[in-house]
Amino acid sequence: MRETFIDTTTAILDEDPRTALVVADISAASFTTALRRHPDRVFNVGIREQLMAGVGGGLALTGMRPYLHSYAPFLIDRAYEQIKLDLGHQETGAVLVSIGASYDAAAEGYTHQSPGDVALLDTLDGWTVHVPGHRDEVAALLRAAARHDDRVYVRLSTQENGRAYPDAGGLRVLRRGGPLVVAVGPMLDPVLEATLGMDVTVAYTNTPRPLDTDGLRTLVEGEVVVVEPYLAGTSAHLVGQALNGLPHRALHLGVGRAEIRRYGGRQDHARAHGLDPAGLRRSISAFLL
Amino acid sequence: MHMKLLSRVTADVKHTPSAHSTLDVLWVLYDRVLRITPETVDAPDRARFLLSKGHGPAAYYAVLAAKGFIPEEWLDDMGGWDSPLGHHPDRMLIPGVEIGTGSLGHGLGLAVGTALGLRAQGFLDTRTFVLLGDAELDEGSNHEAIAYAAAIRLPITAIVIDNRSATHGWPGGIPVRFPNWGVSVVNGRDHDEIERALRVVSDRPHLVVASV
Repeated sequence: MRETFIDTTTAILDEDPRTALVVADISAASFTTALRRHPDRVFNVGIREQLMAGVGGGLALTGMRPYLHSYAPFLIDRAYEQIKLDLGHQETGAVLVSIGASYDAAAEGYTHQSPGDVALLDTLDGWTVHVPGHRDEVAALLRAAARHDDRVYVRLSTQENGRAYPDAGGLRVLRRGGPLVVAVGPMLDPVLEATLGMDVTVAYTNTPRPLDTDGLRTLVEGEVVVVEPYLAGTSAHLVGQALNGLPHRALHLGVGRAEIRRYGGRQDHARAHGLDPAGLRRSISAFLL
Repeated sequence: MHMKLLSRVTADVKHTPSAHSTLDVLWVLYDRVLRITPETVDAPDRARFLLSKGHGPAAYYAVLAAKGFIPEEWLDDMGGWDSPLGHHPDRMLIPGVEIGTGSLGHGLGLAVGTALGLRAQGFLDTRTFVLLGDAELDEGSNHEAIAYAAAIRLPITAIVIDNRSATHGWPGGIPVRFPNWGVSVVNGRDHDEIERALRVVSDRPHLVVASV
C-alpha cells in the first residue's frame, strides 16, 4: 500500500498543480523524484510533525490541496492539536496519509503504534476516514481526495486482504446469511476465515467515516458484530446512533486499550488482541450463541 | 482614532499588557505596510497577516474597525453571544482575519505553509507576516517553524512583541533564538522605526522584535 501511495501521489503531483505534499522525513527518500520535479510543492520539513500539520494548514489557506504523510502515531497522535486547529478550526482540509496502522511496527514497540488514531479523529468534525484493505483500493481513494477540499484520512497498513474491493465505500455485502458482521479494511480476510461455515452476513467497507448508517439499518436484523483494525468500540457510538430505535445487540471487536508490552510480529499482536481468525471466531461464536 | 476605538473595545477598564502591546505594530502594519483593504480581503495576491498571538485581540479589533474591515459597533460587545468578536479571533466570523488563533504556537507554522502556498502559485511579491508574543515563543512548535524557515530561506516576516512576559525570559535576547534569520530590533512604540523594519524584504526570513 505504501508503494502504491508513493507512486499515485507522485503522479497526482505531476497532473494537478493544486496539490502539494508535506512529509516529515518518513518516506522522504521515496519521494525524491517528486521533490526534484516539484520543489515548489513538495516539502520535507524534517522531523517536525507539528510543523507538517501547520504547513498543511497554511497551504490549504492559500487554496492548495496538501497531502501530509508520516507514521500514524506521529501524523495523528503527536500533532492532534494542529489537526484540530490548523485544519478544522480554520475550516480548511488536507489529505492525511499514514502508515504503521495499529501494530504493523510490532517490533518497534508502542512508540510506533497508533490504535487510537481513528478514535482521535472521531473527536473532530468532518473527517472522512479510508481504511483500505488492499493496495488496489488505495489509488482511487487518493485521486478522489484531490478533487475537493475536505478533511480526509487514509490509513495504510501492511496487512492486506487477498482481494480488492475498490467500490466498498459503503457497506458491501460479500456473504449472505444471518447476523451481520462488518469488517473494516484489512480485517476482512480474518473475518471471512473466522466465520467460515457460520450462518452470518459479512459486509465490508474501506470507508468507516462517514459510516454507512443507511446500509447498517438495512442489514441489521438483531445482532451486529463490528470488527475494526483500531481501538475496539471506535465505531460503537455511530452504530448505536444508526440503530437507534431498532432492537439490537452489538459486539465491537478491535484492538484492546491495554498496551501489549511485547514485540514480535504483526500476527503476534493480532493474536494477543483476539483479532486473528481463531480469536475472532471465539468472540463471534460466543456472542451469537 | 484607534486609541479611542481601543478604549471602546476594552470599555476603559482592561488595559492589559497583552491587549495593548501590539497596538502600534498593528497600526503601522495596516496603515503603512500591508497590501490589503476591506475590498481585497479575498484577493489571492493580498498580503497575509497572521495574528498568532490570538489572546488579547482588542488592539487587533480596533485597528480592523479603524481601517473599515469591520463595523465599529462590533467593538462594543466583544465576547457576547451575538458578537462575531471573541476573546480569541475566528477567521470564519471576522472579515480580513486570516487565521483563528488563541491556542499559542500555531501562527508561525501556518505562516510557513501560507508563504509556501503563495510562492507555489506564483504570487512572488505577496508578503506573509505573522505576529507572536515573547511568551508565546515558549511553545516548542514555534521552534520547528523557525528552524525550517531558516533552512529553506523562506522570506516571511515574523514579528515578536517583547514585553518580557515569558516565564523564564529569553536570556541573550530573542534574536539568538532565530539563527540565520535577518533581524531588526525596534522600539515597539516608534512608528517610523517599526515601518522601516517591516519594509525589509530579503531572500531569507526576517525577524522584527518590537520591544514595548
